[in-house]
Parts: sequence; structure tokens; C-alpha cells
Amino acid sequence: MHYLQNVSTLRIDAQTCIGCDICMSVCPHEVIELRAGKAVVRDLDACMECGACSTNCPVQAIHVQAGVGCAHAILRGMFYGTPPQCGCGGNPKPCC
Amino acid sequence: MAEPFRSRATGDCCSPRVDPTQGVPGDAFKSTSVGDVPAVTSVLSVADRLGRWKVRWGIGRDRYRVVPGLYALGGPDERSPVMVTANYKLSFDQLRCQLRGLDAWILVLDTNGINVWCAAGKGTFGTDELVNRIQLTELARLVTHRTLLVPQLGATGVAGYIVKQRTGFNVIFGPVRARDIKAFLEAGMKATPEMRRVTFTLSERMTVAQMDLVAAMKYFLVYLMLLGVLKLVTGSFSLRSLAYAAFPVFGALLLGALAVPALLPWIPFRSFALKGWLMGVAWAIAVSMLEHAGPAGFAGNLLLLPALSSFVALNYTGATTFTSQTGVNKEIRLFARPMAMSAILGIALLLIARP
Repeated sequence: MHYLQNVSTLRIDAQTCIGCDICMSVCPHEVIELRAGKAVVRDLDACMECGACSTNCPVQAIHVQAGVGCAHAILRGMFYGTPPQCGCGGNPKPCC
Repeated sequence: MAEPFRSRATGDCCSPRVDPTQGVPGDAFKSTSVGDVPAVTSVLSVADRLGRWKVRWGIGRDRYRVVPGLYALGGPDERSPVMVTANYKLSFDQLRCQLRGLDAWILVLDTNGINVWCAAGKGTFGTDELVNRIQLTELARLVTHRTLLVPQLGATGVAGYIVKQRTGFNVIFGPVRARDIKAFLEAGMKATPEMRRVTFTLSERMTVAQMDLVAAMKYFLVYLMLLGVLKLVTGSFSLRSLAYAAFPVFGALLLGALAVPALLPWIPFRSFALKGWLMGVAWAIAVSMLEHAGPAGFAGNLLLLPALSSFVALNYTGATTFTSQTGVNKEIRLFARPMAMSAILGIALLLIARP
């Protein structure tokens, strides 16, 4: 399934890429493929901006504004003036 | 009862919120070189299953946790694989029940009771916590190998190359779903493209829709109370008239919460707001015909009901596996104001049409 067209902020810097292919193995939507030893974007509209690729790129060749694709989180962020964060519970409880 | 978590191997000072060893037969601890490690099995107890059912409906979801630290599954030794997971009990249970027949160490990170993917997005299932937990549990003394199996969806928070630099452990990103782990191990830690791909099947869509259904029904109860008060004030209160007036809104919310997830791939438009709006339009037309509504009532339904379905459908983006933040931002920018205006106008018209 694909979301909105041409919105993803994913960019790969071919100059920096060393073709290690870790980005391909962590991507949940097969967005990236290897062409001539370099990672390239194969299917931009499948990208959900989770940031797994950029987090694991050892040479920082991948740039993406990673975040949650959740309207509830974004609306709440707008309301309270905070960055969008999942509301799925998870408040750290005081420890002892 | 004996102190249930005497081991420093769990690396946690808190008393257990959920006892993961409940219903586990026999000795609940395994003696190791780093102290006693709680032992668990691959069998889910009735309490585990009931707990899973409850959290799917949002009951006690924030408190459904296991104590972070190390656990022994089966009879692991110093050569057994180490699997990393979150301390959301649903994640932990899913992992251990998929590993039936395997001997493994399970390293549970403190994610505040959030599942792997969401926690990785927040960074709590992250590089720092993993490094910290490896050190707290003295994992390097427990096992002779230097390989950690981290779920692929944890990659958003865990930078494998940094974990390697800081601890010497190699992070191998395993399959997305726990049920593929056995096949992954048998293939020599190689994942097929299917194991790497996140899906969103009908049953997955409906499972996560339960939470949005609960949220939508909360909106509905608020609406029902306001409507009841309004009818009491105007002196037109009767149960029949209340049900009659509440039914269209109930349907619109239900369509957004259930029909949109169920029919997601087939409803036109990629935008969730538009998908919901379209379902709402169909509903508004059907309701108006049932009501034999006049022009004001018809216009009111057409302005209010699609806006409601649209809002509920837009909120479902948070439960999906493929929406991006930039995309959802764009939807909000485009549709939030028009939909709010539409709803307000619709309410005004409906108040005029049937005071």
C-alpha cells in the first residue's frame, strides 16, 4: 500500500554511500535498492520516514526527517506546542 | 513467596509490575555465571491470553510490562542466541511463544512498556538503552559469542554500528515478525525479502482498528450526553428521539473506525481524510433518504457526517504501517480547517432543520 505521492523527505547521497546495503536490510518497505554498488531510492512513495536507514548508515549518507505518521500525535503536538510523539502510553513511572 | 527477582541479571531496581514467570512450571530461575536469571517458557498461560485480549481493547495497556533485563528461555548456554525485545508484555509474550523448542536468552530493554517499533521511533528502544542493558546484565560474561538478534523494526532506534563500537556486540537485524525467527535461524541468519517486508493485511488492519474504535466510541458518548442535555433543556427529550438523533453520528464514527480500515486498499484516494470523507458522504446520503430529510437536513448531514468519518479515518494513520509524518502533516494542513468548518456548519444546519 502506498501513501501520498512525492512527500517523503528521504534523500541518499550517492557520493558518500559505500554500498554496504544495511539500509536495504532494515527498510520495512523495500524503498531502497543497490545499483552499481550504490544505494538508490527505488520507490519513494513507499517510504514512511521511519528513519531506520539513516540511523544505521555508518557514513551518514542518508537523510530523512524521521517521525511518526500519526495524526493524533501531530495534532496533539500542535495543541501543546511540542514535537509530535506517539500517545501510546509509555510515561516513565518513577523507579523506587 | 520468595523474592521473585533477586537477580542482578535483570538489572532493574523496580519490583515487577507483571510477573512474567506466572504459570511457568518448575524452577523459575536458571543459575548462570552472572547470577540467577528468571526462566520462562514458550507456553502462554490463560492469564497471558486474557491480558493480550484486554490490551487490544485498551484496558490496562499502559501498565502491561515485564521487568527489563535478561531471561532464559528453554535451557540456554553460553553459545545460545541472544534475542532483544521491548518490555511491553505483548511483545515479550509474542517472542517467547514463537520460539518454542529453542534455547535462547531474551534481553528485554526498558521501553516504558511500549512495543518495539513505536519505542524505536521514540528512541527508548535505542542504541543507548541497548548498550546500557548489555553492561547491566554483564552479557559479555554470560555468552561467548558476540551476536545480538534485534528485531528489524528496532532499527529505527538502534544503530548497529555504534553498538558494535561501544560493546563489541554485532547487531544482526532479524525478521520483522517473531514467527519468522526460526526460519531465519535455520537459514543461517538470512532473511528472505518477505521476512523484511512490513505488511498490513485485513486481520492486521482490524486488530489495530480496535483502539480507534474505542476512541471513536468515547467521542460518541460525549456527543450522546450533550445531545441528551440539549433535549432536556428544550423539553423534547425521549429515548426514541435521542436514538433517532444519535444514530447518524454513531454510523459516521463507526464507518471511519471500522469500514475505512477494512476497505483501506479499495477506497479511492491515498489520503486517509478523503477516504473517510467519501465513506461519510455515502452514509450521509443513505441517512438522509432514511430520514426523508428536507434540504436543510440533507445539507446538514452532508456537511457534518463526512467530516466526522474523515477525522476518525485520519486518526487511523497512527495505527498503520506505511504512513509518513510529512504525509500526515500535509493532510492536516489541507483538511483540518475545511473539515472543522464543514462540521460546524453541518451542526448549525441540523439544529435549524430539526430543532
